[in-house]
Amino acid sequence: MSTPSHISIRNLSVHYGLGHKVLGERLVVKAIDDVSLDIPKGSFFGLVGESGSGKTTLGRAILKAAPITSGHVRYNDGEAEFDIANIGKAELKDYRKRAQLIFQDPYAALSPRMTVRDIIAEPLEVMGLTSSRDETDERVREIAAKCRLNLEHLRRFPHAFSGGQRQRISIARALVCQPKFIVADESVAALDVSIQADILNLLRTLQEDMDITFLFISHDLSVVAHTCDQVAVMYLGSIVETAPSRELFSTPRHPYTKALLSAIPSLDPDDRGRAQKLEGEIPSPANVPSGCRFHTRCPIAKDNCRVDAPAWRELAPEHMVACHYADETVAAAPL
Amino acid sequence: MTQPLISVENLSIKFHTDEGLITAVDKISFDIAPGEVLGLVGESGSGKSVTAKALMQLNSSNTVYTDDSRITLQTDDGTIDILELKKAKELNLIRGGAISMIFQEPMASFAPAITVGKQMVEQLMLHSSMTKKEAREHAIDMLDRVGISDAARRFDQHAFEFSGGMRQRAMIAMALSTKPKLLIADEPTTALDVTIQAQVIDLMKDLVEEFGMAILFITHDLGVIAQTADRVAVMYLGELVETGSVRQVIREPAHPYTQGLLNALPKLEKLDEPLTPVPGDIPSPLERPSGCVFHTRCSQFIEGTCDASIPSVTALADGHAAACFVVDQAVRGKTEVPA
Repeated sequence: MSTPSHISIRNLSVHYGLGHKVLGERLVVKAIDDVSLDIPKGSFFGLVGESGSGKTTLGRAILKAAPITSGHVRYNDGEAEFDIANIGKAELKDYRKRAQLIFQDPYAALSPRMTVRDIIAEPLEVMGLTSSRDETDERVREIAAKCRLNLEHLRRFPHAFSGGQRQRISIARALVCQPKFIVADESVAALDVSIQADILNLLRTLQEDMDITFLFISHDLSVVAHTCDQVAVMYLGSIVETAPSRELFSTPRHPYTKALLSAIPSLDPDDRGRAQKLEGEIPSPANVPSGCRFHTRCPIAKDNCRVDAPAWRELAPEHMVACHYADETVAAAPL
Repeated sequence: MTQPLISVENLSIKFHTDEGLITAVDKISFDIAPGEVLGLVGESGSGKSVTAKALMQLNSSNTVYTDDSRITLQTDDGTIDILELKKAKELNLIRGGAISMIFQEPMASFAPAITVGKQMVEQLMLHSSMTKKEAREHAIDMLDRVGISDAARRFDQHAFEFSGGMRQRAMIAMALSTKPKLLIADEPTTALDVTIQAQVIDLMKDLVEEFGMAILFITHDLGVIAQTADRVAVMYLGELVETGSVRQVIREPAHPYTQGLLNALPKLEKLDEPLTPVPGDIPSPLERPSGCVFHTRCSQFIEGTCDASIPSVTALADGHAAACFVVDQAVRGKTEVPA
């Protein structure tokens, strides 16, 4: 790949034991199962999938906020390198300054008892990044202006703000320590469409201004198509397809990606055709189907899909897919 | 035109709060014909849910309906003036009987400690003369019809044993089991994944054909509206800013707010176009703007007109109308062009 990887994930697994034993065997929830992924430096990387596909867990594992069962996550922003799976306490402190998280719900993420200024300043104070209160205030004002917050609002409490303004406050808080990598977990899902576009544009501007790599987690494919450079599609703890976003949305190869795309309600009232839709629901990660894990819902599954797990292969430059019949899906009629 | 099933006239809803009387809905009027699907669109805070709840008098006790507000429902036994109903017994005729509602969060709408089946039977026995055994059979039949496999076993399970999509199906089965004339669906697919949302939308389309009830479909997702509704009403800050058939509103939006909503929507066919947000935020109901409520965020704001007086409703085409001075001027300009 031309650009160096900012985050490089190799065979990552996050498994949770369920405690009780069933017939002598312990149930294990495979939230992330053998995932490998490269996030290029400076990219706006999208991660999509249904709920229960492991998107959030993957984001958290990269931030060392979920336990890594096996595999490696390497972080390299050109100035510092970390091996996240085996990171030490002192290194982790440094890593926290470089990698941050923006949450989904701006109503739950902000303490109602702190002023906006204190909320934004807290990371600086906790990590000891500034030496005086004046310097902290200066940094807070600087980032608040970048996030288009009114400086007079810094003295107010979060309850006085609307959803869009609150989300700008959480973004300012995540960016105040000048991180190099951000995980934005469903950061626009709780917002109205009219506000959503504003926050998406803001995130893109900030990414260019501050040279940040973004991992943008979302279940909304049209949002991802509009904002991200590259996209990875997750299903049941594994990645089924990655591609540059234009290519993914124009020529999706994996039947799951196609199904997700065809499920988006069309804005055309005359296009109420019932495109072939995905039957059933995502299986439990404690009981992953054999072979290709998508075969239980796949419209083109054949006998060998039940037995053999498909290999990860490159169909076009940078377009990777895990499906036995990905070549045929292009020629076949669209789902 | 056939007589509307439910007709809302001059509905104004205000709430008593510590900060004084707050206007949530301001003089809105609309009709729903039998078997028609009306989509009600708007941002959070626009008054969609409050309007829907008023149809069943479900708003909290600090609600004030102004004197000229009228909601009339046609039933087999004559006309009911819903806002005049006072006694619980009368209200029960419409709540869950003539009108049913499905909510956004199906987990929150089922009692967690009572089996799904028991809750279905309970309401069937309240609203019909069925025996317990008949009610049970009917409930299982309804669960089966909304696509829940092994319905007889599911009947005795609790809501937490259902997945999200299944809970919403069960909710729909429950709402339809009393054969309501009107179904109010308040963001029924918002909490679901796209794949499950597509299944629920298909299911609702099938059920409309089968049962022929009218639906008030509340959502903020214009894509969902395009797929389900016959007519659309767009709400902003307690006012109806545009109404029309689904084709008129989505293809030729007249009101700047509707246009703004459509432009803000990320579209898969137009990846090269930048996203244009509607500037600013929806104002607090405590600080309702003067004149046209949308003028603080409007791109076509006319100073001295839009902030001074309230726009009246301008008819654009058959069934298509918008409340906006810009639209009004455009229409006048067309008709009054000197020869």
